[in-house]
Amino acid sequence: MAYTFDFSSLWDYAPVLVHGVATTVGLTVAGTVLGVGIGIAGAAARSSGNRPLRIAVGAYVELIRNTPFLVQLFFIFFGLPSLGIRMPEWAAAILAMVINLGAYSTEIIRAGIDATPKGQVEAGASLGMTGPQIFRYIILGPAMGKIWPALSSQIVIVMLGSSVCSQIATEELSFAANFIQSRNFRPFEAYFLATALYLALAVGVRWLLARMGHRMFMKGAARA
Amino acid sequence: MPLVKLSNIRKSFGPVEVLKGVDMTVDEGQVVAMIGRSGSGKSTLLRSINGLERIDDGVIEVDGECVDPSQIDLRALRLKVGMVFQQFNLFPHLSAGENVMLALKVVKKMGKPETRAAAEQALAKVGLGHKFDAYPSQLSGGQQQRVAIARSLAMAPKVLLCDEITSALDPELVNEVLSVVRKLAEEGMTLILVTHEMRFAREVCDQLVFMHGGRIIEQGAPAELFDRPSTPELAQFVGMVEAR
Repeated sequence: MAYTFDFSSLWDYAPVLVHGVATTVGLTVAGTVLGVGIGIAGAAARSSGNRPLRIAVGAYVELIRNTPFLVQLFFIFFGLPSLGIRMPEWAAAILAMVINLGAYSTEIIRAGIDATPKGQVEAGASLGMTGPQIFRYIILGPAMGKIWPALSSQIVIVMLGSSVCSQIATEELSFAANFIQSRNFRPFEAYFLATALYLALAVGVRWLLARMGHRMFMKGAARA
Repeated sequence: MPLVKLSNIRKSFGPVEVLKGVDMTVDEGQVVAMIGRSGSGKSTLLRSINGLERIDDGVIEVDGECVDPSQIDLRALRLKVGMVFQQFNLFPHLSAGENVMLALKVVKKMGKPETRAAAEQALAKVGLGHKFDAYPSQLSGGQQQRVAIARSLAMAPKVLLCDEITSALDPELVNEVLSVVRKLAEEGMTLILVTHEMRFAREVCDQLVFMHGGRIIEQGAPAELFDRPSTPELAQFVGMVEAR
C-alpha cells in the first residue's frame, strides 16, 4: 500500500470543520427541541378522545415512518417551491428533521403514555383535575421517564441522519468533509475525521441526555 | 335532606347489567359499608358516585350537585366527593407532600403558602407529617394509603369513598389505615366504604348495605344484619366470611 497518510493538511480547514460541527449541533438541538415538542403534542392527540385528530396524527406518523428521510428533505427543499413555499437550506433541514423526529417521538412517547397505570388517571380525575391537567401533571413526567432511553436513541439517529442534509448544501459536518476532500484530495483523512467527530458527538449527546433524563424524570424512582 | 342520594342507578358493561336500578341515600356524617361478593356491583356503584363509571340511567345527587348520564363535566361533583383506591394510586414522581398539594394548586388554585400548610395539616392528620418529602417508593403500603387518604381529605370533600382500601395491604399494615378511617368517622366525616373487613364494618359503620346481583337486597344497622340476616343470600355471605 503506497498511500501516505497526511492528517496535517486538515489543519487548514479547521474553521470549515468547526462550522460543520456547529451546524450539525445546531440542527440537532433545534430538531430535538421542536421535534420532541411535536412528539408530545402528537402523543397527547393520539391518546385523546378526538377520533379525527387521532386519525390525522396516525396518518402523519405512518407517512413519515414509511418514507426515506432524503426524499422528505428533497420534497421540502425542491418540491415545495413549486407551491411558492421557499426557504433557505438550513431551514429546510431543520423542518425535515423536526417533522421526522416528531413522527418517531410521537410513537415512542405514546408507548410511555400507554404504560401509565389507569388508576393514576382515575386518582387525578377523582381530585377534580381536567384531562389536560392530568396529562401535564400526572401522565407526562413518568411517561417521558419510561421512554427516555428510546427517545435518546432516536435523537442520536436523527443527529447522524442530519448528514443527509449535506445533499441540499446545508453546511453541516458531512458537507464540510465533502468540501475538504474535494479541495485537498484526501478523502480518507477527511472522512476519517468526520467519522471520529460524529462518534464523539453521538457519545456526548447520549451522555448529556442520560444526565438530563436522570435529573428530570428519575425523581421518586425506586432507590436501591 | 340526605347528603348523597342515588336514584335508580343502572349500569351495564356490554351485555352484562351490573347495576339493576339501585336506590340509596346517605346522610351527612353517616358511615356506610357496602358488602357483598365480588361481582355483586358494589365497587361499580361506589365508582359511579364520583363519575369514574358513567351510569346508563338514574340520577346521582351529592350535596345538591345533581348528575345524570347526559352530564359531561363531572368536576363539580368530584370536588364534593373524595376517593381512596385499593391500589393507593399515588403519583410516583411526586413526594408525599407534592401528591397532596397537586390538586390544591391546579384545581383549587390555592396560593403556595396555603397549599403547603393544607398539605402539612392533611399529612399530620394521617400521622405522616414527618414524611412530607418522602417519595411513594420510600413508603410502606400502609403509609402510601394514608398519604392517599390525606390527598383526598386536603380537598375538603363532603363525602369520602373508600374502595377496598385495605385489600392490597399486608395484614400487619391494615390496622394503621383502618384506625385513620375510624378517626375520620369519629370526627363526623361522611364515609362510604366497600370493604371486606367485617369486624371493622360492624364496629365503625352506622349502616350496612348488602349487594347481590346488582341490587341492594338488605340494608340496616350492622349488628342487625350480621346477627339476623333476613335473606338467604346474606346469611350465606355472613357464614362464608365468618368461616374464614
